[in-house]
Amino acid sequence: MSNKKNWPLWEIFVRSKNGLEHRHFGSLHAADAEMALENARDVYTRRNEGVSIWVVESKHITASNPEHNGELFEPAQDKVYRHPTFYDLPDEVKHM
Amino acid sequence: MSEEQIRSLEKQFDERIARDEKIEPKDWMPEKYRHTHIRQMSQHAHSEVVGMLPEGNWITRAPSLRRKVALLAKIQDEAGHGLYLYSATETLGVTREELYDQLHSGKAKYSSIFNYPTLTWADMGAIGWLVDGAAIINQVPLCNTSYGPYARAMIRVCKEESFHQRQGYEIMMKLANGTPEQKDMAQDALNRWWWPSLMMLGPTDDKSVHTEQSMKWKLKRKTNDELRQQFIDQTVPQADLIGLTIPDPDLKWNEERQSYDFGAINWDEFWQVVKGHGPCNKERMKARVNAWEEGEWVRDAAMAYAEKKQERKQKQAV
Ligand SMILES: [Fe+2]
Ligand SMILES: [Fe+2]
Repeated sequence: MSNKKNWPLWEIFVRSKNGLEHRHFGSLHAADAEMALENARDVYTRRNEGVSIWVVESKHITASNPEHNGELFEPAQDKVYRHPTFYDLPDEVKHM
Repeated sequence: MSEEQIRSLEKQFDERIARDEKIEPKDWMPEKYRHTHIRQMSQHAHSEVVGMLPEGNWITRAPSLRRKVALLAKIQDEAGHGLYLYSATETLGVTREELYDQLHSGKAKYSSIFNYPTLTWADMGAIGWLVDGAAIINQVPLCNTSYGPYARAMIRVCKEESFHQRQGYEIMMKLANGTPEQKDMAQDALNRWWWPSLMMLGPTDDKSVHTEQSMKWKLKRKTNDELRQQFIDQTVPQADLIGLTIPDPDLKWNEERQSYDFGAINWDEFWQVVKGHGPCNKERMKARVNAWEEGEWVRDAAMAYAEKKQERKQKQAV
């Protein structure tokens, strides 16, 4: 095994067509951002899957911890008044 | 964590999978789940990568430009499959270098079918038709497996595989309808690849160690024997259609089972190849290790160049 530096890991986001958001497609190793873009093109868009690519080095992504999912996401569960179905209106009201 | 806590976590974990929830990289998971997935997924990745070698053998000798671009594109796809799967495996906390090291040192396995030689152009047809065909049967159920990154990688892989099988079958069809020599060549390739393709679907159920656990984690949906039967039932009519003969004198339609009965598989041969004594095991590993070692200076140079560019940019910014 070499003790030289390994190519870092990059996360690849692809916009499949204009009008749609970039979506996470996968990851790959590359020496720098330029090479990551070129490799992403070869790996993820060989069949017209994309019109735009973002690459970001994986170490720059901060992810929430699933162990904290309770405190992060549960408070939204009892806020039913944020949904239109919470409001009782007579059937005669149209277009609302 | 106490043993009791772990057991309760494991129970919740299994229930999540039973409810068809996906497991994502940062979720808690039993160590055994992690290890089993690293083993199976990396083995799968290695197979994609080593699988390029027998076909690479014929790129420069493809009989026409049309065949050549198709074969190149197919092999490039396999490199991509290897990459999707390695990346997915890395989400479980193992590095790419460790995975390569396991392959190169012989610690990790890859599909033993790639240890057979590709002797004629017809082998490109037989591989696409039979080997990719068997791979598809193995892979389609994995699009629903419990580990999110693996399932997503498999969806991408499966989308690309069907072209592989069709280009292979087209090669066989063309040869089977060609001169008598070409037809013989196609038949010879079928004769050599048929049995290894059946073996590729894994040991028989009574000899398969991982099945029960793998079913629970949706690493498997059907048993090896079921997959093999499915492969045979769908492939025999395809051979009939182009006038080739499956090299199995015991092959017979079973009206009652609505399936083909087939002859005994030579499992001794299978285990010999798995243990490293197939016709090309050494050659394949040598090619892999050479590619990795002789490419080291290129990887290092790319890294050094990237760092230099970065430094230059920083200096300019000052
Ligand atoms: Fe593949
Ligand atoms: Fe394939």
